[in-house]
Amino acid sequence: MIGSTLISVGRSLGVTLKQIFRGTVTEQYPEYKRPVYPRFRGRHRLNLHENGLEKCVGCSLCAAACPVDCIRVVAAENSADNRVSAGERYARIYEINLSRCIFCGYCELACPFDAITLGNDYELSEYSRSDLIYTKDMLLAEPIKRTPVADAALYDTPTPYYRTDS
Amino acid sequence: MTLPLAQLLVVAPKREVWWIGAIEALVILMALLLTFAFMTLIERKVLGRLQLRYGPNRAGPFGVIQPFADLIKLVRKAPFQPDRLIHPALYLGAPVLSATMAFLAFSVIPWGGGWELFGYQIDGQVVNVPISLVVVFAIGSISTYGVLIGGWVSESKFALLGAMRTGAQLVSYEVALALSVLGVVLMARSLSLTEIVAAQHRTIWYIVPQIVGFGCFAIAGVAEVGRAPFDLPEAEQEIVAGYHVEYSGMRWGLFQIAEYVHMITVSALMVTLFFGGWLFPVLHRFGPIWFLLKLAIVLFCFIWARASLPRLRYDQLMNLGWKVLLPIATLNAVATAFFVVLV
Repeated sequence: MIGSTLISVGRSLGVTLKQIFRGTVTEQYPEYKRPVYPRFRGRHRLNLHENGLEKCVGCSLCAAACPVDCIRVVAAENSADNRVSAGERYARIYEINLSRCIFCGYCELACPFDAITLGNDYELSEYSRSDLIYTKDMLLAEPIKRTPVADAALYDTPTPYYRTDS
Repeated sequence: MTLPLAQLLVVAPKREVWWIGAIEALVILMALLLTFAFMTLIERKVLGRLQLRYGPNRAGPFGVIQPFADLIKLVRKAPFQPDRLIHPALYLGAPVLSATMAFLAFSVIPWGGGWELFGYQIDGQVVNVPISLVVVFAIGSISTYGVLIGGWVSESKFALLGAMRTGAQLVSYEVALALSVLGVVLMARSLSLTEIVAAQHRTIWYIVPQIVGFGCFAIAGVAEVGRAPFDLPEAEQEIVAGYHVEYSGMRWGLFQIAEYVHMITVSALMVTLFFGGWLFPVLHRFGPIWFLLKLAIVLFCFIWARASLPRLRYDQLMNLGWKVLLPIATLNAVATAFFVVLV
């Protein structure tokens, strides 16, 4: 009984010792960012038409679809001297509270004009909660940090059409 | 293997002056503290490697500042303590007692042959007593009081249960530990660690004839310092600490220091008793370096065992201590006695 115990103890010691020579599998995160999956749902973007007009028409369907109520849309009428969007109305205020958002992508599905899409950025930490309320300007702007994205060809998923034709 | 040993052990023409002993004690204390500090880092790094991770590598190059960052964090922590302490002095004294005794036990471990420098004799250990092996065990037993008192004065049933659990384990394994070194004592015919080292140099490292005693000592030693797989005193994954649940900050840190210094002391004792101490068949001049090298290997084995073996259940622990180790260690001592007398 003692012999078999010693043998099993020795074997378990051998198993762990072998691991030293295998190196590590840790990814050193801030230095190395693993490319995200092409359809990874990260920070939202508001998209523009090619002629510079906003796609969003302020219909609030995204806010209605949002399960955690983190989107606030206040619409206003377009006028001849202040034409913001292609439709009749535009979003005067468009805010997303990212501290509440669960990145489910329902807003993206609800939007009839593909105005709101989910990007790939996930580094969203802030020192204050109020900084996590993203305004329309922030959502329209290009993201400051670029998130590496894996080559879509590696995966059996089509690139969403709003990524290719604007 | 018979080499002129008299040349290695600088025969003391005069005794060590007291202030040299004091300086030596200070140096050893600092060395132990540094070893403890980096032991925490090295343990985490080696453990990480064994589990395919890096371990701490953010604080400074390769994480070398990590122990100091940990220290600053511990010192700055709020010294929270239980309300309505009946014995505040004992509460504060228990970790101090534990840590002090842990450091004290190392003072008799020989780590070099002694030198003569500027006409002064410098011994290879802080104090040279003829019964140093007994001293180590005696001081180690006093250290158990720190644990028991700390758990008892915390005014918490969990701390008390933890202290009882720890106390029972330490007392049980001390028996096996003391019996397992009896063979070495019989073979060297001395209780002085210096003599035991010299005797091994004359004959052979005692791991060879005392392999059974070494096995018992290794297992009981790991249990005695409360390290995995015998870390029931602080089973952090299941019951999260025992006797020191009510301690925080540096008071808890002192218990931690005591545990690590105990580990270093038991490793040093193992090196001294079974691996020829600071002596090596070649290059005797580097006594302390050989000692450190052997110590490092033994300490690595402590970490290695922690990464490999699952924690024992409490009844398994007691069974192993009383029903397996104690009889084997006793038989080993008896057999060695017969051998020593007959041969």
